[in-house]
Amino acid sequence: MEQKQRIRLVVKPALFILALVPLAFLVYRALNNDLGANPIETINRYTGDWVLRFLLLTLAVTPLRRLTGWNALLRYRRMLGLFAFFYACLHFLSYAWLDQYFVLADIVKDVAKRPYITVGFACFLMLIPLAATSTNAMIRRLGARRWQALHRLVYLIGAGGIVHFLWLVKSDLREPLIYGAILTLLLGFRLWRRARREPGVVAATVRQALP
Amino acid sequence: MFLIRKPPDIAANEITPPEIYRQRRRFLRDAGILAATGVAGSLLPAAADAGRKFPNLRKGPFSLDEKPTSYKDVTSYNNFYEFGSGKGDPAEHAGNFRTFPWSVAIEGEVKKPAVYQMEDLLKHHPLEERVYRLRCVEAWSMVVPWVGFPLRDLVRRVEPTSRAKYVEFTTLLDQAQMPGQRPGLLGAGLDWPYVEGLRLDEAMHPLVLLAVGLYGEVLPNQNGAPIRLVVPWKYGFKSIKSIVKIRFVEKQPLTTWVRANSREYGFYSNVNPAVDHPRWSQASERRIGEDSLFSPKRKTLPFNGYAEQVASLYTGMDLKKYF
Repeated sequence: MEQKQRIRLVVKPALFILALVPLAFLVYRALNNDLGANPIETINRYTGDWVLRFLLLTLAVTPLRRLTGWNALLRYRRMLGLFAFFYACLHFLSYAWLDQYFVLADIVKDVAKRPYITVGFACFLMLIPLAATSTNAMIRRLGARRWQALHRLVYLIGAGGIVHFLWLVKSDLREPLIYGAILTLLLGFRLWRRARREPGVVAATVRQALP
Repeated sequence: MFLIRKPPDIAANEITPPEIYRQRRRFLRDAGILAATGVAGSLLPAAADAGRKFPNLRKGPFSLDEKPTSYKDVTSYNNFYEFGSGKGDPAEHAGNFRTFPWSVAIEGEVKKPAVYQMEDLLKHHPLEERVYRLRCVEAWSMVVPWVGFPLRDLVRRVEPTSRAKYVEFTTLLDQAQMPGQRPGLLGAGLDWPYVEGLRLDEAMHPLVLLAVGLYGEVLPNQNGAPIRLVVPWKYGFKSIKSIVKIRFVEKQPLTTWVRANSREYGFYSNVNPAVDHPRWSQASERRIGEDSLFSPKRKTLPFNGYAEQVASLYTGMDLKKYF
């Protein structure tokens, strides 16, 4: 099998299934009544954790690719990003449905009044255009440069996600700080490269990502 | 003579497997507490089989008719940061916590300061069962059948002086046993030991309990063994666990959460649906184990439903200011 075919027929489907394992595990726990004393909190925290993890995985693609020279990694970035969006949808749904019972007035009040929810909700909103413009057709329509400029929003979303987590915890900051440290590393790598990089590589990267 | 001489270089705990001596230690503790509450010494070996039930508990006043939260949820979903900040951490890490022997020091503005051994404390105060609501500041709630005695009985016995205006409670400080107190990476973010406080008239209210058990049994370690406070009209963090010191003071104590974040946590911390925590609404709550995944939260009641009993303590006070 040729590399492109192998990626399309084997690696991508395998990655797709792997990315659904966290959800499957959650469903399995739910069916076995194993979500603990506060199942809604468990679901909410669990899906939130996976949004951050998929965001960090997505943001790790470029640095890993640069460090290893393994360019094929780029082919999985879109799927990882879309899974971050997928888990963000579940995370938001668990909040709006299970926690707030779709009472719109309460949700609006919460989003406006609680800084950590404001930030989380803003991040969720920012993910929507990124998911919507993730198709090849949209990349072509926007043009590589504009597309890339738009998708830089993901840096802001990553930082917002960490802030959302930091502002949620009561006093034990360790977990959000670990996520924050990884994000800093991943974004720091980009800044460091940018400081010593020639211009013009950006658009080429995007073009390369297209099949 | 040499026949009965013990080799000097082997400690008892090197001979006995740890799980056995821990078991013995737990048994000794429970036996001690139970003995103090009226089980005859000769019955004690049988008590190991019978579980760790307190005998002849009488039903105390103010007990609710609401269905208690399951024993499993009450003992596995805990905030007890000394053992970690996750809800499952206390149940996981407090198993070997030594609660026997245990003493509580009574200090400060009292005529009869003393250091009480747990057994002595229990001998003086008959235990009763009280089913109370527990409302956490994180907007979840439980119904817990506590076993304990009114704090005010102890307060009266030690005779506070006229200068005593507040009561300050302190949890054990023991980094070796309480991993959450170790300095690590920022620790759990709190200053230890944990300190809580009540106004003297609050402490004298007949609702306030010193609890030593739940579900008729000796208090599990993760729930604040061997002795903890229960103030049902205040957010759960006011009900300090594993108490080693009760001090009567003139000035309002600086309590742990107020010190950590005075914008979010007040000294009074009465359950109040009208005053939101800055980061979450206090208008409603999730009753642990009761509501299904798809049912809405229930409304939170002023003073957690104990307004009739306690509202008069705060007449004329602006509860938005003194939150």
